[in-house]
Amino acid sequence: MTQSSGTTSTPVIEVQGLHKLYGQLEAVRGIDLQIQRNEVFALLGPNGAGKTTTVEILEGHRSKSSGDVSVLGYDPGKNNRKLKERIGIVLQSTGVERYLTVVETINLFSQYYPHPLPVEDVLEMVGLGEQRKTLVRRLSGGQRRRLDVAVGVVGDPELLFLDEPTTGFDPSARRGAWEMIRNLRSLGKTILLTTHYMDEAEALADRVAIMVQGRIVAEGTPSELAQRKGRTIIRFKMEGKELSLPQGLEFDREMVNGMYSLTTDTPTPTLHVLTTWAVENGIELEDLAVTRPSLEDVFVELADTGAMEGERE
Amino acid sequence: MTSLSLVLKQLRYQNTAFWRNPVAAFFTFVFPLMFLVMFNLLFGSRDLEIPGGTVNTSTFYVPAIGALSVITACYTNLAIGMSFSRDEGILKRIRGAPIPAWSFMVGRIAHAVFLALLLMAIVTASGAIFYNVDVPTGTLPAFIVTLALGGATFCALGLAVMKAIPNAEASPAIVNASILPLMFISDIFIPMNDAPGWLTAFANIFPVRHFSVAMQTSFNPFEGGLGFETVHLLVMAAWMAAGMLIAIRTFSWEPRR
Repeated sequence: MTQSSGTTSTPVIEVQGLHKLYGQLEAVRGIDLQIQRNEVFALLGPNGAGKTTTVEILEGHRSKSSGDVSVLGYDPGKNNRKLKERIGIVLQSTGVERYLTVVETINLFSQYYPHPLPVEDVLEMVGLGEQRKTLVRRLSGGQRRRLDVAVGVVGDPELLFLDEPTTGFDPSARRGAWEMIRNLRSLGKTILLTTHYMDEAEALADRVAIMVQGRIVAEGTPSELAQRKGRTIIRFKMEGKELSLPQGLEFDREMVNGMYSLTTDTPTPTLHVLTTWAVENGIELEDLAVTRPSLEDVFVELADTGAMEGERE
Repeated sequence: MTSLSLVLKQLRYQNTAFWRNPVAAFFTFVFPLMFLVMFNLLFGSRDLEIPGGTVNTSTFYVPAIGALSVITACYTNLAIGMSFSRDEGILKRIRGAPIPAWSFMVGRIAHAVFLALLLMAIVTASGAIFYNVDVPTGTLPAFIVTLALGGATFCALGLAVMKAIPNAEASPAIVNASILPLMFISDIFIPMNDAPGWLTAFANIFPVRHFSVAMQTSFNPFEGGLGFETVHLLVMAAWMAAGMLIAIRTFSWEPRR
């Protein structure tokens, strides 16, 4: 299912047949992943889909049950310091000492890495310059999240893991975080992102994998995934319901306010039929819109299907 | 950076954070010194029978509160501090960074030992200045060995008890419940001269009394020999080994939430 761009060298992350069992529960049920250098890859999925388990195996926080995992050519399960020097991890479940200041915290972590970024650059990158002397315990939730990111990037990692980097952010802070992630990408970093937000994946990711019930159920670029659903939605508004709708077109259930919608795999002939009918009857199709399904529509559909399959098992 | 300089860096930042945290600084540092002052005020001038003769009770309280200080800095402080670090995800964060696990651990343990030594120095100096309790001279090697073994034993036990701590909020209760009752029956708060034999026998199962008694001997002015309490030190060493074994086998870097 992965697309290979042919010219790129070995993938930064390569996973084959990864399984993770917790007792009887199979949290990850055989997934394959390939993430190329300088790619922003988003792992989407509902809670409990196995995203965090997968990412934590890649980070070396958890052991795998079976399968092959390679991160920058290393086995992350081996707790290798050389690998940790080249990756940055921003998790939701990690923290920093509450009684140190922002600049002390970044400074402390920068000592762990062989080629850290200048602390001042990191402060500026995450926008915590004014809070540099503030104790961590006095930071707001969003500021603390930015400090998490600062600690994750201070080692100048080639590969950055971002676990729900904007959860709890207000809209402007989210925009800021997105801008920061784009900047990191433009610096040549590879980023593996997990998120609940479809618009975030759509805005940032080069490729997306959707994970449901421990499996990857879809993978591709955001637009490929949206097309995967393959259907186009045509919507319009019409008053005067006494008119019979054109023959041969199957409409979705009628909406309020005289809105009509239909979904089709063949938008061009469908539109032709619709507009011909409208012109012949002298009807104006108000608010006529032809749209592709969003990534969110695909996600909801896949998540529902996955959940149903899960219940059957 | 070399691992040693990482340890020193860790130690320095740990120390900075420690003194900024009023709860940690008060209970670990001010508490033992308060006990020293109070017990000496209340009982210090009374006569007390010790091996070799009669002294005033301050000669008991200076080494006893010294032992208490080591236990508080190493066992109580380390267990509670590390439990909070575990639940706040600090340990997990360290686990994902390219710092060897042992440099971080050594940094934390070294800070606890540093606090213990600082408290011991203050307690011993106060004894000499205010309570007429001599600093160990002939028994100095025994004093140093007892102090070092006590620090190691209670650090090991502090890390081992983390296994029994379900979350950070529960840590002060569990840690204090495990150590405070022992302090009452282990020649720390009260001399056990008149205690029933079975109670002393019970206290002797645990390392607290062995540590306190070994410390007393190194401060005993009638002690003619080197003052090594071999049996007491061996029992402490056994507890240290058990603590280390449990800590190494059960230590978790993952938050327990």
